[in-house]
Amino acid sequence: MSEGLAAAEVATHVGVPQSAGASPWALARRRLLRNRIAMVMVGVLALILLLCLAAPLYADHVAHTDPFSSNLDGTTVVNGKTVQVMQPTEGGLGLGVTPIGPTWDLHHYFLGADNQGRDVAARLLYGGRNSLLIGTAAALLTCVIATLVGLIAGFFGGIVDGVFSRLLDVVWAFPVYLLAISLSTVLLSSGLSLGIFKLESGTLLLPIVIIGIVYVPYVARPVRGEVLSLREREFVEAAEGLGASTWRIIRSDVLPNVITVVIVLFPLMIAIDILTESALSFLSIGVQPPDASWGTIIQDGQGLLYTRPTVALAPGIAIAITVLALNVLGDGVRDALDPRAKLRSR
Amino acid sequence: MRRLPTILVVGVSVVLVAVAVGQVSSAAPTKRAAGDSVARGQDHRGGTMKLLAKAAGGTLDPQVNYTLQYWNLFQETYDGLLAFKKAGGDAAFDVVPDIATSLPKPTNGGKTWVFKIRKGIKFSNGKTVTPTDVVASFQRIFKVKSPTSGTFYAGIVGADACLKKPATCTLKGGVIGNDKKGTVTINLVAPDPEFKYRLAVPHASIVPANSPPRDAGTRPIPGTGAYYFAKYDPNKQLVMKRNPYFKVWSKDAQPDGYPDQITQDFGLTVEAQITAIENGQYDWTLEAPPADRLGEIGTKYASQVHVEPLTAFWYLTLNTRMAPFTNLKARQALNYAIDRNATIKIFGGANLGTASCQVLPAGFPGHVDYCPYTKNPGKKWSAPDMAKARKLVKESGTAGTSVSVYSPDDEVNKAMAVYVQSVLNQLGYKAKVKPISGNIFFTYVQNTKNKVQVSIQQWYQDYPTASDFLYILFGCESFHPGSDSSINIAGFCNKKINAQMHKALKLAVTSEDAANALWSKIDRMVTDQAPMVTLFNPKHIDFVSKRVGNFTFSKQFYWLVDQSWVK
Repeated sequence: MSEGLAAAEVATHVGVPQSAGASPWALARRRLLRNRIAMVMVGVLALILLLCLAAPLYADHVAHTDPFSSNLDGTTVVNGKTVQVMQPTEGGLGLGVTPIGPTWDLHHYFLGADNQGRDVAARLLYGGRNSLLIGTAAALLTCVIATLVGLIAGFFGGIVDGVFSRLLDVVWAFPVYLLAISLSTVLLSSGLSLGIFKLESGTLLLPIVIIGIVYVPYVARPVRGEVLSLREREFVEAAEGLGASTWRIIRSDVLPNVITVVIVLFPLMIAIDILTESALSFLSIGVQPPDASWGTIIQDGQGLLYTRPTVALAPGIAIAITVLALNVLGDGVRDALDPRAKLRSR
Repeated sequence: MRRLPTILVVGVSVVLVAVAVGQVSSAAPTKRAAGDSVARGQDHRGGTMKLLAKAAGGTLDPQVNYTLQYWNLFQETYDGLLAFKKAGGDAAFDVVPDIATSLPKPTNGGKTWVFKIRKGIKFSNGKTVTPTDVVASFQRIFKVKSPTSGTFYAGIVGADACLKKPATCTLKGGVIGNDKKGTVTINLVAPDPEFKYRLAVPHASIVPANSPPRDAGTRPIPGTGAYYFAKYDPNKQLVMKRNPYFKVWSKDAQPDGYPDQITQDFGLTVEAQITAIENGQYDWTLEAPPADRLGEIGTKYASQVHVEPLTAFWYLTLNTRMAPFTNLKARQALNYAIDRNATIKIFGGANLGTASCQVLPAGFPGHVDYCPYTKNPGKKWSAPDMAKARKLVKESGTAGTSVSVYSPDDEVNKAMAVYVQSVLNQLGYKAKVKPISGNIFFTYVQNTKNKVQVSIQQWYQDYPTASDFLYILFGCESFHPGSDSSINIAGFCNKKINAQMHKALKLAVTSEDAANALWSKIDRMVTDQAPMVTLFNPKHIDFVSKRVGNFTFSKQFYWLVDQSWVK
């Protein structure tokens, strides 16, 4: 009922050729598939994801390395010669030890080593798994909580809306990084224990929960706004007139119309969450050693910027590409689901 | 002594139980004078020595501050009754008379020290030093609650009352001045063979009797040294100028300095500091050069780099009161497993550290090479023995235990902790790294309430006696459960070994050689019990500008700033 109405509205406004029987989701999918830039970015993201998923294969069968163990006395082969992974300075006073730089040989320290003598390429792939996992899971958590809060606050209004809105205001009032850093610092040493809900310090769930929670207002507010608007629409009033229960109206009439907002925000939230995770890990309060994330690798590379800039540059580039791809994809999804927004922006 | 960046109160219970008479060998001041060097010195007199530090070192009060950063500068600005000789190498460990005319031989069974005060020494405010100032200075140690008042100076008669009520401290019967005779008598509760060293550190500086009975903070107190603090803004700069009232009375204790002015600027990052020195904009930095600049300065600027071995050690504390390290085999396993060369690589390479297994550093009184935790046990460490380590872990039945490794959050310490975590995981433990801000790390890990299993530590000598390492770090009296000042972080207390330590302390009063022989034995006993994993003995790097000449490194207080010239 409501979906049909919304789809008809969209089609009429933007003059998209209507396909008989095509659902709004099918229409959106077609629009997205026609967006070449968005599709390229989907390809980029798929490639990054595949590479990251292949991390154990690369470490075990190609590079033959353990990216989680220090290898300060290890050796490798460069141009057929066995060399030390951590290379002492030759000449002068012989001060300092420099990790081997990029060999561009997939089998031997392709991107060089970090300050523990570990393979940067292998850690980059493993780090990507964690960064993507945390980013995606945190974005999912944010969207689920925000959708629930937005739906309840917007639909019921009154005191319920007041309570939820003030709660969101409280979280919103803190600078997001400051809040995330504070929570991480406190929870990192002792973990989180709320009744049966327990999170041990050092697990990946901790940054997921922290990042997921601090961004709830960023999604809940637009969702609530949309619900407030939908609440007054004719199809909702018609459903009420037909005697539909409140939860049925929310589930069948409001949620399907509001979910597009969440879907548009989802890839953007992943991008933001990856950046936040990297920042927390860079500050040693995200992913904990010996695990890696792109943020921890940048931190490892910070002390090697002068001699081995690749260590920090490689994860930096990976973050930049991933976040760019997610942002462009997010725009594409928005254009596909809400073509009016594109028209308005024109 | 803890070194960088701040050395907080080390509530070390140095309860010396020595009872016999101390035979203090008189260290006659060595004359350094040579006509040509004096002439050469005159040529180099003048200019401004420009130093750098990432941040200020806190209070300028010599009786309160406990950082190497300012202890180094107090050498040029303050004097005690005695002083460590201002000389390079091992000679810097010699104690020489400073404001006192000579190093007296204690009487009354080693409990009474009578000092004759030199005449004519003036503070930088023009006032002459008198025995009254000396007595007031000792009282002030307690009034300002000096970090070492309860340890170094607790053996003075009357100290107990002063520790209880610092504000009304008189040290009655403990420190007695006689202005007419120009003498100061110090009475101890018991003979203390290390008392001469304690009189030679900055906390025993002689300051005017009217100095405020509280931490002077950023307001400099007049001193008797070759320089005085002219200006101090902890956010910006510290300025030292020549003391207009200074005249050399002992070249060994307080020689004249070369630069007219010494400044220390704060705020630059370490990377920027190194670049500034390379460019000749500054002359020296307090900070150790970052790991990725070592190669560059060691090759391109080799002539400006000074590397000196230190009487210090890097070590891991193993909490002997928490699993898995309640088990001796678990402790020994980690000792066998740690690759000392790997830790030296993290520190900066083979030329910046020497692998070690024992507590006493090489060249230290009582040191005899000993290393049981190596592939071929004997005198020196050669390689880790993982097979033996794994066997010991298996025998201990501790595999699978969770272990947290605490470290300060700077780059080198954190890298060290990650390496230790890697080794612990290889041994079958579940290890975590817990980096903590350097500002709170030292007090945090000392408190047993924080349940620290393993921590990365460094210990730098306060003065050259074996007890400063063995007794302070592993004596039963240094363990204070629930206190932030429990320097025996391992919680190690072996009654048999502790009794031997007390015996060595007593023995030092009559025979230093016999005491040192006993300390060697104790060193082996402690090493065998493995309350720690000794990693290496570090070397110190000073990177100076091209114009700095006559670089002199004292093993006691490091670079003698004013003994170098800039013109």
